[in-house]
Amino acid sequence: MKKCYINGIGCISAQKTFEGGFLDEVEVNTTDVIFSAKNPDYKAFISPGAIRRMAKGVKMGIAASQYALKEANVEIPDAIITGTGMGCLQDSEKFLKAIIDNKEQFLTPTSFIQSTHNTVGAQIALNLQCKGYNFTYVNGAISLESALVDALLQIETREAGTILAGGVDETSGHTLSLYELIGLIKKKDQGPIDVLNPKTPGAVFSEGAGFFVIENQKKSTTYATLEAVGTQNTLQESEVISFIENFLNTNNLKPQDIDAVVLGNNGDVAFDGYYNEAETLFSNTPQVYYKHLCGEYNTATSFGLWTALHILKKQEIPQILQKNQVTKHPINRVLLYNHYRGKDHSLTLLNHADL
Amino acid sequence: MENLKHELKTKIIEALNLEDIAIEDISDDDPLFGDGLGLDSIDALELIVLMDKDYGIKLTDPKEGKTIFQSINTMAAYITEHRSK
Repeated sequence: MKKCYINGIGCISAQKTFEGGFLDEVEVNTTDVIFSAKNPDYKAFISPGAIRRMAKGVKMGIAASQYALKEANVEIPDAIITGTGMGCLQDSEKFLKAIIDNKEQFLTPTSFIQSTHNTVGAQIALNLQCKGYNFTYVNGAISLESALVDALLQIETREAGTILAGGVDETSGHTLSLYELIGLIKKKDQGPIDVLNPKTPGAVFSEGAGFFVIENQKKSTTYATLEAVGTQNTLQESEVISFIENFLNTNNLKPQDIDAVVLGNNGDVAFDGYYNEAETLFSNTPQVYYKHLCGEYNTATSFGLWTALHILKKQEIPQILQKNQVTKHPINRVLLYNHYRGKDHSLTLLNHADL
Repeated sequence: MENLKHELKTKIIEALNLEDIAIEDISDDDPLFGDGLGLDSIDALELIVLMDKDYGIKLTDPKEGKTIFQSINTMAAYITEHRSK
């Protein structure tokens, strides 16, 4: 089977991840319960004629994918695979509001066309004039991982040699106000938010896009190899350890073979117990957390993956990401574990490119 | 008529998200499609909905659109003659 090399990455998030170094400048927001992604200059990537119709998710997706392709020196990939939990929320809300406001008449086409979940993948393809395989996975918090599984299978079975895969989700006013009502988002003004020592339920929400060029050949730009992705719809806390051990066994590994574990703690006191369980397997392994920097969204693991790839390439874990004080060198294998509210569990295994 | 033209420009900029264009940038005789404002077929659908919603004009013959949507002047003239709102 062919190896899957990750040769280019592009990430837009609440941090300055788009250009520059590896979290050289960070902003830790401990007060807001919703925060936005930082915008690059979208006009550098999208024509003025096209940009005027695009909501933020589409713009983030196009810009992040362009950046990843440029870094990997790829003009047109063989396939574009997108993951999104909620799709183009802003246009969906606009369209639904127009239906209500206009009593089901006078419906304009733009927000309808752009409200479908596959808009991001479609617009990336249109922008590139890429006529290859184009697929969008909408699987909640494992949407990105579903896209990665597809990419892995296509590279391993030689269906494609160069794949652009990624995840994107945008914030939108009405949906997030409903999230607040049902307690998915933390209540405002409950004091500073501490993701590692949560005392309240709910998470801090945000948005972002992360795209990755996955290829069948190593390049000078290679970050790591994508070895395996595992997903599980639901688990009890008591089942987390066996879920991880089984995944590692399948890949002929033991917990001590992992040089860093990247955990998706989002500060929800009701569900972060899953991560406490996972930690017991990795007490002698450097532990990394990241959602205090990027917030929670269905494809927040794209930020986690971006982080893990930088850790493997640079062989360093910035202090702002360190969950414990354990160090290990060299860092050859990184495992990401994520779930959302006890559902959509995912494990992603990355290896150093030379391993 | 001048008020209607001004109103149309405002509505078009808003409905079509013409972010970088101000009312002063649109001349009454500028072609809306092609070389002028550079609108496309999706914009044409938006304009048809705008005519129906705001002026009560239902365009049923697509050929009509070519003449009506030539410029702000032609739109304003057609609206003045056919509006029911």
